[in-house]
Amino acid sequence: MNGADWLPFVFLGLMGLAILIYVVLDGYDLGVGILFWGNEAERDRMIASIGPFWDANETWLVLGIGLLLTAFPLAHGVILTALYLPVALMLTGLILRGVAFEFRAKAPSPHKHWWEHAFRGGSILAALAQGWMLGAWVTGFRDDGLGWAFATIIALGLAAGYALLGAGWLLMKTEGSLQGRALRWTRATLWLTALGILAVSIATPLVSPRIFDKWFSLPNILLLAPIPLFTAVLFLLAEIFLRRMAQDLETGNTRDIERWCWAPFACTVGIFVLAFYGLAYSMFPYLVVDRLTIWQAASSPESLRVILIGALIVLPAIIGYTIYSYRVFWGKARDLSYD
Amino acid sequence: MDLQADSLMLARIQFAANISFHILFPSVTIALAWVLLFFKLRFDTTGNKKWMDAYRFWVKVFALSFALGVVSGVTMSFQFGTNWPGYMETVGNVAGPLLAYEVLTAFFLEATFLGVMLFGMRRVSNRMHTFATFLVAFGTTLSAFWILALNAWMQTPAGFDMIEGKAQVMDWWEVIFNPSFPQRLVHMLLASALTVAFMLAGLSAYRWLRGDRASEVMTTLRTGVYLAAFTAPMQVFAGDLLGLNTVKHQPAKIAAIEAVWETQKGAPLLLFALPDEATRSNRWSFGVPRAASLILTHDRDGEVRGLNEFEGEHPPVMLIFWAFRAMVGIGLAMLALSWWAAWQLRQDTISLLVGRLLVITTFSGWLATLAGWYVTEIGRHPWLVYEVLAIAEAVGPVGPAMVASSLGMYLALYLLLIAAYVSVLFHMSRKARATEERPPGETSGAPS
Repeated sequence: MNGADWLPFVFLGLMGLAILIYVVLDGYDLGVGILFWGNEAERDRMIASIGPFWDANETWLVLGIGLLLTAFPLAHGVILTALYLPVALMLTGLILRGVAFEFRAKAPSPHKHWWEHAFRGGSILAALAQGWMLGAWVTGFRDDGLGWAFATIIALGLAAGYALLGAGWLLMKTEGSLQGRALRWTRATLWLTALGILAVSIATPLVSPRIFDKWFSLPNILLLAPIPLFTAVLFLLAEIFLRRMAQDLETGNTRDIERWCWAPFACTVGIFVLAFYGLAYSMFPYLVVDRLTIWQAASSPESLRVILIGALIVLPAIIGYTIYSYRVFWGKARDLSYD
Repeated sequence: MDLQADSLMLARIQFAANISFHILFPSVTIALAWVLLFFKLRFDTTGNKKWMDAYRFWVKVFALSFALGVVSGVTMSFQFGTNWPGYMETVGNVAGPLLAYEVLTAFFLEATFLGVMLFGMRRVSNRMHTFATFLVAFGTTLSAFWILALNAWMQTPAGFDMIEGKAQVMDWWEVIFNPSFPQRLVHMLLASALTVAFMLAGLSAYRWLRGDRASEVMTTLRTGVYLAAFTAPMQVFAGDLLGLNTVKHQPAKIAAIEAVWETQKGAPLLLFALPDEATRSNRWSFGVPRAASLILTHDRDGEVRGLNEFEGEHPPVMLIFWAFRAMVGIGLAMLALSWWAAWQLRQDTISLLVGRLLVITTFSGWLATLAGWYVTEIGRHPWLVYEVLAIAEAVGPVGPAMVASSLGMYLALYLLLIAAYVSVLFHMSRKARATEERPPGETSGAPS
């Protein structure tokens, strides 16, 4: 098998991985931003829970888009020009969210609440724009009422999913009344996200006959059944954990809460991974539905080889020091200071 | 109405706006990271509290600058696809790996260890914290390495062959270490050092003029002034080297910079001129006879090629001519002021006048850096990749209305953020005194 056959496939995998990691990591950052609410101490604590991480989390987006750019330049051009305005809106949201972090802490006190609006608004805008982009991409950039409706559903669904990730993160990283509030948020967003995934799962095969055939023909439907099944199981599992934690909260059983506070977040990550896999399966091998496959869009094998060598050497290091960074800030979020 | 020309012009303005905004912040963070490492090491060695006070103040400036650099950098990574798909189509095999390596080896490194550097002082050992600071500095510099390798390649392409309209790499060493890379990298790193030096000096002078006599103020002011005084002459030298390099590889750019229309020996260095593209001559010009030849060829009677040799294929002369003079003028002023201040600092103080001048020139590095970038980038016109890909060939199909919308959005956002950044820096400088006067041992619980 020559390079032109397997290299695009490998890069599809790498790019997919980068985007999945981005969605999970920045998902909880954006989720916390969407949920940004409470008294001043609580807001500071929410910021403190994501402060050391958001920068590196966002870097996975740059890597994902960078791999799209470098490995599949033809697709990169087509996709980004088709999604021109949603991309611009997403970037506006990400810019506002990122700078609001710093400005809210350093600007004169009367301006602080403006920057907090920017933080929340930027997070919501980025989440909705990303969801919209996802929806539009799945339909192959349909520009009609149906395409727009589908994109709207996915936008709301992804925002709910991010809020779920954010709530689950806060459940792990906070204590006391803020943790109690995070618990309520997690329960609410759990079912919103479930609704979103259900809507997407129904709408996607309806919108694309090709995807319908991939899922609903025999024997595919039997082989793929584990995906929706496990997803449902994870939702139920999360719900069970949350109910137990609500009870523990009422009885003041902090020990058990701390034992399991990571579980809803873990379930959510599992749900995202499964949803991602389902989406990847549906779309493969197209980067632009019915127009560009990964092989048509790929760069020359020489370029891909050069990047692959670098990636294989460096990615383990990246993962290594990322884990180190999370270990440094393990445990409950403490107020961030530069001292 | 030529819609295609409108689209192209709007797309160019948008890219210029995005990259101008972006460059402001790495210009700060590249050098400031090393300055912070310096402050930390001085504290570790001397134990003098003033170095930690300086570190604490400037790490906040760094955090703010870095955040703005990251978000504008993310924006840049999308620009290639949204507006310039032709670029990746033609030279993607060169640009792709270089950009990928930048993200993989530098961006992740700096972004990850930034968290430890900013917020981890109490959670890791002092040695680890200093190491994290070093890694952030190393990461930002490595970023500059990769990005400038690509930019330099666009100016002086090497190590490739055009096969079926696409650039294919023949030799990576030649691609990265292309003919103008060393000069451009050094020039930019020094520009960052000078930018930060004047920010250090300017904000410290601002505090000092307001009566803040904390020992860190004079220490930082000194650091800034000495850094500027040391690097400014080096920058003049680096600029000269880049100039000689450009004479060899991009003569049309040089002709525009000096507004030389006819190829001639003993060309004058024009200090003032109004280049007129219609008549292909200069109005109201005066300058130093033979000095341009002297600078460009190191021979008073050396030959300088004129714009008429490149008719139809050279950059807009008025803009390039004046942008270059802005850069050099500001640079020389920075050199003069830093030497004057360094002279006064021998007496451990500065005069009111010098103090005020330092405050006014706090952001002079930004102006000089932008002017210089405009010279070199617009000076490459009509090429996006010199003699390989024209700008017009690379632009995407997005219509003018859409580009105008996104451009409007970015401009509004950027103007707001620059204003906020500058005002917050001065606000922090005013507030720093109040923080010093608080009794020690009081932590800044909520980020302050």
